[in-house]
Parts: sequence; C-alpha cells; structure tokens
Amino acid sequence: MLRFTLTVIRRDLLLAARRRGDWITSQFFFVMVVSMFPLGIGADPNILRMIGPGVVWVAALLASLLSLSRLFADDHRDGSLEQMLLSPEPTVLLTLGKALAHWLIYGIPLLIITPVLGIQFALPGEAILILVVSLLIGTPILSLLGSVGAALTLGLRGGGVLLTLLILPLYVPALIFGASAVDATLAGTGAEAHLSLLAAFLVMCLLISPWVAAAALRVSVE
Amino acid sequence: MQWASLSDFWAMGGYGLYVWGSYLVTFAAIVLEIILLRHGHKDTLRRLRRMRRWEEQ
Amino acid sequence: MAFNLYYYAAPATFYGLAGRLIPWFAWGSAVLAAIGLYIGFFVAPTDFQQGEAYRVIFIHVPAAWMGMFIYLVMAFWSAIGLAFKTRLSFMMARALAPTGAMFTFISLWTGALWGKPMWGTWWVWDARLTSTLILLFLYIGILALWAAIDDRNRGDKAGALLTLIGAVNVPIIYFSVQWWNTLHQGASIKPSGTSMDEIMLAGMLIMAAAAWFYAIAAALTRVRTIILERERHTDWVKRILEQ
Repeated sequence: MLRFTLTVIRRDLLLAARRRGDWITSQFFFVMVVSMFPLGIGADPNILRMIGPGVVWVAALLASLLSLSRLFADDHRDGSLEQMLLSPEPTVLLTLGKALAHWLIYGIPLLIITPVLGIQFALPGEAILILVVSLLIGTPILSLLGSVGAALTLGLRGGGVLLTLLILPLYVPALIFGASAVDATLAGTGAEAHLSLLAAFLVMCLLISPWVAAAALRVSVE
Repeated sequence: MQWASLSDFWAMGGYGLYVWGSYLVTFAAIVLEIILLRHGHKDTLRRLRRMRRWEEQ
Repeated sequence: MAFNLYYYAAPATFYGLAGRLIPWFAWGSAVLAAIGLYIGFFVAPTDFQQGEAYRVIFIHVPAAWMGMFIYLVMAFWSAIGLAFKTRLSFMMARALAPTGAMFTFISLWTGALWGKPMWGTWWVWDARLTSTLILLFLYIGILALWAAIDDRNRGDKAGALLTLIGAVNVPIIYFSVQWWNTLHQGASIKPSGTSMDEIMLAGMLIMAAAAWFYAIAAALTRVRTIILERERHTDWVKRILEQ
C-alpha cells in the first residue's frame, strides 16, 4: 500500500529535479522576504533578535503557500491526476504522498537556508538551532494543511490568493508554537513544551489532512 | 430610570461616542443585511420570471 | 418529528414552511430586541465600575456568541450534508455564513469601542479578541471559496470540507492563541465586576435571544432564495413564478 505513496513521492521528486526553476524561485522568495524586514525596520540587533523568529516563520508560511498552489495543478493539466485517481489505490495515499513530496522539495531546503537568515537577525547559536528544529517539525504541517487548500482550490481562477485566504488562518497554531519555541529559548525558559505542542499538532494534521485533501480532490476533479 | 434628560441619555455619562458608535454600526449592519436579503429574494424572483418568459418564446 | 422529517427536508415543502416561519422569527426578534434594549437602557442601573460604557455589553456579548454559534451550526449542516448527501443541508450552511460573519464583525467592532474607554485601547492582542479575528478570517475564507466556485455541487462540498476542517481547528487556534498570550504577558480582558447584576444579565440574555431569532429569520430568507435558484426547473417553482 505504502508503495503507492513512495511512487508518488519519487515521481514528484523527479519532476522537481527536472523543473528546477520553480523550486529555486520559491527558495529565493523565502530569503528575499526575510531580508526585507531589517531594511524596513532598522538594523538594531536587539529588535532584529526579537522579531527574527516570527519573521522567518511568517516567510516560511508564505513561501509554502506560493508553491502549494501548483501542488495538484500541473498533474491536473496533463491529465495524470485523473489517471492516479482512477487507480485502485486509495486517494488518501496519493494526497499523503503529494504532501510529503512537497515537504521534501520545498520544506527541507528552507531548513538549510534558515541558519544563514538567523545570523542576519543576530540570533545566538542555540536559538538558531531551535528555530531549525521548530521548522523541521512545523514545515510538514504547512505541506499537509496546504495540500487541503490546494485540493479545494484546484483549477479555480485566482487560485493562489484564494489558497492564502483559506489556509493562512489554519496555520496559526503552527506559527504560534513554532515562533514561541524560539522566543522561549531566547528568554531562557526552554523550548520543550512549545516543540511538543507543535509535534502534537503535526501528528493531528498527519492523521486528518490527507483524508480531507483526498475528499477535496475528488470533489474538485469530479 | 437614571436619565434626567434626553441630552443626558445621549451623553451616556461621557461614553456616548462609544456606546452609540457600537449600536449605530450594529443597527446599520443589520438594516443593510435585511435590505440585501429582501432585494436578493425579489431580484431572484424577477430574474427567474424573465428567464422563464424567454424560454417560453 | 422523525416521521415527517423527510417531508420537510424536501426543498419544495421547506420553501413553504420557511416562508410561514420567517415573519414569526422576524417579529419575535424585533419584540425581543425592543424589550432587551428597554431593559438595557432604562431598567439596568449604571455599572459602578464601568459607568454607562458597559451598555455595549447588550450587543457585544450576544454578537460574539452568535458568531461562534453560527459557525458550529454551519459545521453541523456541513457534516450532515457530506454524510447523508442532503441538498438542503448545504443550502443551510450557505445561508448561515454571511450572517455569522456579520455577527463576528459586530462583536469585534463593539469590542473595540468598549475596550477604548475601559482599557484605554481599541485593540489588544487578547486571546479572545485574537481568536474572534481568526474566526472572521475563517468565515471570509469560506465565503471566498464559494464565490470562486461556479459549479454548485463542487462549491457545496468544498465549502463543507473547509468549514469542517476549520471547526476542528478552532479549539486548537483558541488554545494556541491563549498559550501565546500568556507567554507574551499581553493584556487579558476579563469582564470586570465579578458578579453581574441580575437585571443586566436578563437584558443580555433577551438580546441574545433576539439575535438568535434574527439569525434564524435571515438564514431562512436566504435559504429560500437559494432554493428558488436551484429548483428553478421544477414545476413547483414554475407555479410560484406564475403567481
């Protein structure tokens, strides 16, 4: 059964390797949005340290939404999505694979870029580590919840902006737990509680989102 | 009854702006919704009638 | 009720039933609001802590309740619609959303106008205010999704799915916002005056009942329009149009 999910993931990775342009655009978007904030706010390291975690997190939300609007769209256009829906495998495995592939392609690179951005925001080493860990737990949530939005808005005009409207409110718990983990590290109160809440939210999303996304996908393609 | 006069009532103990600001906007929102609802219903009826006449021709 | 539930769930009979019920709920709402406002402004005494400013409570609290409650009812109808494929359930969810969004907006607006004289600020990032704001965002998202989907069947189901995943998320959002709030030691707004005067409470509850009646009347009016639109090719709608 999970073989199907793995096939979906492998296929998306191959496609992403072939279309590197899309992939790089999203990463640069992340870096640029984050880098705009010091320019708008000023270079005081104290202020930057205070807003840094939140800024990186919000930029990660936006970057994920940017790439999510195309999660099913390309497959829908060339007809391969309908083929996959017609296969005897449960749709939930398809949406799970799609979300995981999205995380591998767009989430993991964010983790690699983040330490550099953390230095830009004068964060100490420990806080950068927690920031990366919080994104490690948090970015799969973004891909999972986002896959629901991508399935709901498949093929609609203005899909990208609409996706943002639908999904951004649902991202709120991830944003709060993730950014506050780093804040707690900076304040010296320990990030464990925040990170475990974030992990609990991830488990919940993992259990629920693929099913909802599968139902939404069937509604949209019908 | 704690209002000595009408102006006393409007003043709301100095909080008139906040109290009446709240009630006025609420009232406006509800009136607007009622107008939109009525208009929407009548408009739909009119449109469906027109469509029907057009279909019969 | 069970024996004739299916009878009333048919759009044709429901259209007539709703038409007969709307005046009752509308006038009921008007009468209740008149009583509630009379109590609120002429019977209820001045609050010893907040002066006259507390009188915003008579709309603020009912509006906040209705904003949340209507979302729950929408989630209920969405679940019923998805589970039993009843057409009327989706129509009810669609008919409720604008009124729910309006009440949520009113609760934010009146909250700001109440907060300014009481806490010296229009807006604080308090847990309750913040989650109400996010509730409004959820309403806007659902309305935007419906507006973007032309296909009726797809719109019904997509909206229902979004409503449900939002409903699952709302308690988590509330908890996370509260968590965030204690962390940042933001101002926490608690209704001052530990015990509310009984007559104030009575006024507030009557106003809440008025808001409830109003929401039912508004939703029924809207659902009738939706039914007409959707059933326009049936004989009974044609008969109504000929009148």
